[in-house]
Amino acid sequence: MDSENTQQNSGKLSRRDILAGLAAIPVFGAIGYGLFHHFAERRKKNVPLLDDIQSIIPKGIPPVVQGETIRLGIVGTGSRGRYLMKALGFLHPDRIDQFTLWAKDNKYWTEYLNDFYAQESLNVKITAICDVFEKNARRGAETGANAHRNGTGGKMDDPPKRFLTYQELVASPDVDAVIVATPDHLHVPVALEAVKFGKHVYCEKPLSWTIPETFEIRKAVKESGIVFQLGHQGRQTESYNIAKSLINKDVIGKISLIEVCTNRNDPNGAWVYDIDPEANEKTIDWKQFIGPAPWHEFSLERFFRWRCWWDYSTGLSGDLFTHEYDALNQILALGIPHSATASGGIYFYKDGRTVPDVLNMAFEYPDRDLTLLYSATLSSEKERGKVIMGHDAYMELDETLLVVADPKSTRYKEKIEKGIIEPHKPIFSYVPGQDKVDAITTPTEKYFAGRGLLYTYRDGKTFDTSHLHLREWLNCIRLNNGTQPSCDIDQSFEEAITAHMGTIAFLEGRRTYWDPDKEQII
Amino acid sequence: MEYSKGKLFTLVALRLLIGWHFFYEGMVKVFTPTWTSKAYLLDSGGFAKPFFEWIAQNPGLLAANDIINAWMLTLIGFFLILGFLVRPAAVAGMALLGLYYISHPPFPGIEYLFPSDGNYFIVNKTLVELGALAVVFAFPTSQRIGLERLLPKNRKID
Repeated sequence: MDSENTQQNSGKLSRRDILAGLAAIPVFGAIGYGLFHHFAERRKKNVPLLDDIQSIIPKGIPPVVQGETIRLGIVGTGSRGRYLMKALGFLHPDRIDQFTLWAKDNKYWTEYLNDFYAQESLNVKITAICDVFEKNARRGAETGANAHRNGTGGKMDDPPKRFLTYQELVASPDVDAVIVATPDHLHVPVALEAVKFGKHVYCEKPLSWTIPETFEIRKAVKESGIVFQLGHQGRQTESYNIAKSLINKDVIGKISLIEVCTNRNDPNGAWVYDIDPEANEKTIDWKQFIGPAPWHEFSLERFFRWRCWWDYSTGLSGDLFTHEYDALNQILALGIPHSATASGGIYFYKDGRTVPDVLNMAFEYPDRDLTLLYSATLSSEKERGKVIMGHDAYMELDETLLVVADPKSTRYKEKIEKGIIEPHKPIFSYVPGQDKVDAITTPTEKYFAGRGLLYTYRDGKTFDTSHLHLREWLNCIRLNNGTQPSCDIDQSFEEAITAHMGTIAFLEGRRTYWDPDKEQII
Repeated sequence: MEYSKGKLFTLVALRLLIGWHFFYEGMVKVFTPTWTSKAYLLDSGGFAKPFFEWIAQNPGLLAANDIINAWMLTLIGFFLILGFLVRPAAVAGMALLGLYYISHPPFPGIEYLFPSDGNYFIVNKTLVELGALAVVFAFPTSQRIGLERLLPKNRKID
């Protein structure tokens, strides 16, 4: 053993003690230099890219307007109709049983149920329902009775009255407002009938199945003064509001091209829905289903998979493109295009359908110096986002929002040269539910922002956009001062005309034009 | 415990390297108010995933977790470098590394969004650093090189 270590010194500290005791202090100096360097770099990159970014954050959810209970009639209580009932606060008791059971070992269902129970009451009563299929009508009525959100055996209210025809339903004095969740070819007939009786209307998208009825419903709604909302619940998507503010602040520069897509690859996504075993000629009012469509003998396929036939459907253009269009119309106020071209075909689902499963459409807006491209396939899930391409940056949109600078940007040239902005990497992101728009700075943030991980979870409450969309409609009804919801009849008209222009271009193999003076598709 | 000069040098170097790593990491986090472990926690895997996700999704817990983590890293690093309270610091450091390890265990079949800087099977750098801290704990050096030397009970004469 070393003698110097064996002898205890009860007295003073030696020089050697002090040196050895403080030997590691210089390490802090080295680390200090590292920290200084690190934060100097960060400061450089933290230069705000935009002032008053906080001002564009949506200011919460508007409260439910107080007033009388609104009595609703629902025409079409199939899957979409019942989804809207859920958004109103009504789930079938056996669905609640089922979800409660699933929630025991699956967190998704726990959250699903929690969100449902947390959903604010909209002070509505479902007093009437109508569906041409027995089972849908029965389940719709049972769902409508479950005002207290109970499982089987729980307290139920009186079930809504089942009407055999929509004409009888809309005429009922127990109905203040009507929700139309029928196949496309019946949207306008039902809505028109409701308007005739002065009932407010929430109509599923697209607005119309034919061009003449598009004009007819617009005229009727305008003359009646009822509150009309088209079911594009995307209107309630927060990131679209932020996108609009960012574009108004010229964050992405001059926009020349917008690309929107549909990418699906499963039978359900291609509208090949299951055929219910309870369905037959006795349980379906086929004549009423056909309505204004050309007569066809009874067909379960046509009844359940109506989206596959032009006889009842508006195809990819009316069914799916309209979601994309309405989002952009909300953000950019695009309006009806100058012209449209289209191509595509039935390339994968050769199952007797008449609507194409691949569709590409180009809409020209010469006044705005931009083209809107839509490209859809029902047989590949290759993710292609909603992208607004500007000279200075592109914006990718979904529920989330990313802005990525362009390497050749004029606006960001200096910042790119200084290394403040890295081109091809997101410079802004918006996380739904959060109360801030981030200027992304750290590599980890960049990595996750680019992959959407941060977006799968939301802080605080989650909201069903359909709930918010219905709520907006109901609020306008209660305000009763002429206020119309965000997707009013004018917005709906633009949506329908644009979709029809694309469809006609496809079906007739030609370019279609819109004459704004005569209000005609030529 | 007595060491040869070579052993002492190696052990002190190990203590300083780990201290450096902890201290720098902690200070960067402390001085970056916007830093959050949220994405890291959400990307966790393995049996404790629900626990870490629960923290990430609870704003109050997450904020507390971020502050505690940043300051623990800083203080552990500070004490390891300084050579003071090294044993408690080593234990705390091992606990912290243990949490990092179980939040992102490199087990077969678990995939993470954030790419790994190497290829690992059960053993990764976090676990190695945890082991190294165990060495720091088992073979104390701060009474020789470190502030603990200046405590009366540890004083040695030349």
